Amino acid sequence: MSGATLLPAVGLAAGLAAVIGTALGWAASRLQPDAGSLVERIDRLLPQTQCGQCQFPGCRPYAAAIASGTAEIDRCPPGGEATVRALATLLGREPRPVDPRFGPTKARQVAVIDEERCIGCALCLPACPVDAIIGAPRFMHTVIEAQCTGCELCLPPCPVDCIVMRAPTDAHQ
Amino acid sequence: MSSRPTLPAGLRLDARKTRPLQQPLHAAPAPQVAVLALDQGSGESAEPTVAVGARVGIGTRVARAVGAAATDLHSPVAGVVVEIAARPTVTGAGRCISIENDATDMRDPALLPVDWRSLDASSLLDRLRGAGIAGLGGAAFPAANKLALARASAAAHLVLNGAECEPWICCDDALMRERAADVVLGSQVMLAACGATHCTIALEDDKPEAAAAIAAAIAAARDDRVELIELPAIYPLGAERQLVEAVTGREVPHDELPPAVGVVCQNVGTAAAVARFVGTGEPVVSRIVTVTGSGVTRAGNVEVRIGTPITDLIAACGGYQGDPARLIVGGAMTGRSLSSDIVPTTKAVNCVVVATPADLTIRGLEMPCIRCGDCATACPARLLPQQLHRAAQAEDRNALAQLGLADCIECGCCDYVCPSQIPLTARFHAARLQLQLHEADRQRAAAARERFERRERRLAEQAEAERLAFEAARRRARGAGPT
Amino acid sequence: MQFRTAAPPHVIAGFTVPHVMFQVLLALAPLAAVHAWLFGAALLLQLGVAAVTALGCEALALRLRGRPLPQFLRDGSVLVTAALLALSVPPLLPWWLMAFGTAVAVLLGKHAYGGLGQNPFNPAMVGYAVLLVSFPVEMTRWPVPGPEWDAVTGATALDALRTGLRQSYTMQEIAAGPAFGRLGDTGGEWLNLAALLGGIYLLLRRVIRWQIPLAMLAGLAVPAMVMHGIDPGAHAGAAFHMASGATMLGAFFIATDPVSAATSDRGRLCFGAGIGVLTWVIRSWGGYPDGVAFAVLLMNLTVPLLDRYTVPRIHGHPRR
Repeated sequence: MSGATLLPAVGLAAGLAAVIGTALGWAASRLQPDAGSLVERIDRLLPQTQCGQCQFPGCRPYAAAIASGTAEIDRCPPGGEATVRALATLLGREPRPVDPRFGPTKARQVAVIDEERCIGCALCLPACPVDAIIGAPRFMHTVIEAQCTGCELCLPPCPVDCIVMRAPTDAHQ
Repeated sequence: MSSRPTLPAGLRLDARKTRPLQQPLHAAPAPQVAVLALDQGSGESAEPTVAVGARVGIGTRVARAVGAAATDLHSPVAGVVVEIAARPTVTGAGRCISIENDATDMRDPALLPVDWRSLDASSLLDRLRGAGIAGLGGAAFPAANKLALARASAAAHLVLNGAECEPWICCDDALMRERAADVVLGSQVMLAACGATHCTIALEDDKPEAAAAIAAAIAAARDDRVELIELPAIYPLGAERQLVEAVTGREVPHDELPPAVGVVCQNVGTAAAVARFVGTGEPVVSRIVTVTGSGVTRAGNVEVRIGTPITDLIAACGGYQGDPARLIVGGAMTGRSLSSDIVPTTKAVNCVVVATPADLTIRGLEMPCIRCGDCATACPARLLPQQLHRAAQAEDRNALAQLGLADCIECGCCDYVCPSQIPLTARFHAARLQLQLHEADRQRAAAARERFERRERRLAEQAEAERLAFEAARRRARGAGPT
Repeated sequence: MQFRTAAPPHVIAGFTVPHVMFQVLLALAPLAAVHAWLFGAALLLQLGVAAVTALGCEALALRLRGRPLPQFLRDGSVLVTAALLALSVPPLLPWWLMAFGTAVAVLLGKHAYGGLGQNPFNPAMVGYAVLLVSFPVEMTRWPVPGPEWDAVTGATALDALRTGLRQSYTMQEIAAGPAFGRLGDTGGEWLNLAALLGGIYLLLRRVIRWQIPLAMLAGLAVPAMVMHGIDPGAHAGAAFHMASGATMLGAFFIATDPVSAATSDRGRLCFGAGIGVLTWVIRSWGGYPDGVAFAVLLMNLTVPLLDRYTVPRIHGHPRR
């Protein structure tokens, strides 16, 4: 190619690259996915156990941390591998096993209060993040199985250790 | 008679119904012990209303329905209740009422014919409910509840399903040949109960004797609200949504039931059971079952008491012969394979097949999908089974939902044509269960999140109220304190 | 009494993959016979070399991937690839090029993607394209068709068309040349007729469906008719295109490869039409005399898109 044809060709290519690059950059900045909606979308993938095993006070703070990049996606044991994979697909990252430092992944369990041993101290009621325990001081406490997320936060406060975790009665074999 | 447009998809299958139809309908002997499963196949159970030791006659109510999908149960034999406990059933295991037959065959004296023309619709529906009338096409859903829904939706068109498209099953064919008058009477009672204005009895065109019998019965009844339609013998034209489309030309929306397009479907056997009930007062204590397969000596259509153990039923048909390889309850395409013959029949058991290897197709090794698309051509729900298969292998739930896995009727057509011998129906069944579990998990998570947020709000409001009260108290204390 | 259980359906049609592949091979027989009659028995050598190489490469790949050999070797899919490739290349092609092309088709075109059912591109066309681009001289050396077997090679009608148009001869002048028969290429007419017969056989036996062949032939014929009507001197007519080159072989055997084609009916119509149009474009203005192979490969690229946007309406779902 002679200089006469080379220069316009290179100029055209460079010009096109500049225009398209600018357009893409503008689109990237103006058409950002709403940060708030990203937290919402991450939160929808989390199991809502509100157990705090991820070291955040609930699922939504953890979702916010993932969205802002301060936390990795492998910190949720109740969500297990399925949640990590769903998060990886949403965020375009590599899936990985759940980090065992945050706890083991177990099958879904619910808390059951042994009524023979419950002393009605009501210390477990405020511990439940979803208000699934009903009762009052000196009245029998019971866990509403359909609302229990299995977070195990009611176990430590109980002074007589009368709460156990068991498979739910509607579990499939 | 008229013919309507047909399914664009589906298959023409070899019917395999000649042998059982060679004999007329006959009754099987009553079992020594009738075992009534409290869950007759609809998924919900009835609760026993008798205790062990109670004496019952034929037709005495022994269980009352709990839940909209269960039916009342009545004793099929006269005798004593000997056990109410978990036993093996067709669906696995479940609580059953076992009644020992005292061989007197005494009917419960309280059974009386019903003057259905004098009853209003809701009373008629109550009587039908109390008679344990269940969908005898295989679903065992209480007919009265279905008719009540139709009445509430003002469905105007009653369709009686006599299509019986699945190979091996011919109990409805035998019923229509010999008891066509019952079918037509049943249709009239149902019309009164659900408020529909006309009834279409739909048959496939490979049942000329049955069609002639029904036509004669309609003529004899002189009721111009009832008509007969013959449809091409394509499987699965007898599936409810496909039948509605073939008969009325309307598609039932995927998230709704037929009453949404003004149609209610019932099986012809259900109609005959209704007729027997209003004629004699007898609730559902027996049904016609096809017994066939090369592994049974005398194939035929047999009137069997509900709760007859299958082993007794096969003995009544001459017992096993040859090399029985598989025991199937249902038809060739959707029938459930049983591991043992001790389980009792239910209202949902319409066919028992003792299959020898000659009756069955032994599958070859499964090969990868070659994307030939034959499955999509055959699918009556117009799905893309090859894409669903890929998504199921990848466990891609979004793709499965988008491709319409929930609309799969598990008819087996895709399986039938697949050259790679992939067990598609079984895969889709498993994938649907997974999808349902996942959906249940998601709903539970959404509910937990809502409660969590509500609790956070409540605690915040409490804290705020406490703070305000503290401030107010402090102000009061300062105001009243030493100055 | 106890029984073994199995999932429904308990009765199936019993079609198998080898069954399908055998039907395709059977349908190729007329084409092979005409090919041998026109160009001599070299075809048999080509078929033999291709078949042996294909089976060998398949066995090697299966062993490397740890898959069961007997089950997959018996399915016959690789024999179809070999046959299609052998029928597409000139019969004078050196045997080691035939082997090379087949090896590329099987190893690169099929097993690199995961084996049976996973290849996005038509394996035979991958092999053909690699051969054509790498060995253009050998791949365009077709003998003059006729029962007497001369070693003289000559241009095919499509070749003559291209060079003639470049040299500004009109269609009518070019068509008077020796390479042309009544409709199209002298030998090509008969080859296409034989392929058409085989294709009709496959349609009747329901091994292939009508959407792709019809759409491809229409996609080729319509632009040809239109442009021939506008400028008969510069463009060949539809009949010429139908009867030349690998049109019928492509329409009924190559484009209909189920693994690399679209899955839904609407998708198949688009896929076939695209191949037809692209074939016409490449033949008219492209750098190679026959465009079927590249047209197929290009449309293979679009299949995921077609599949995504042509999902049919599910029964009971609203009409969008």
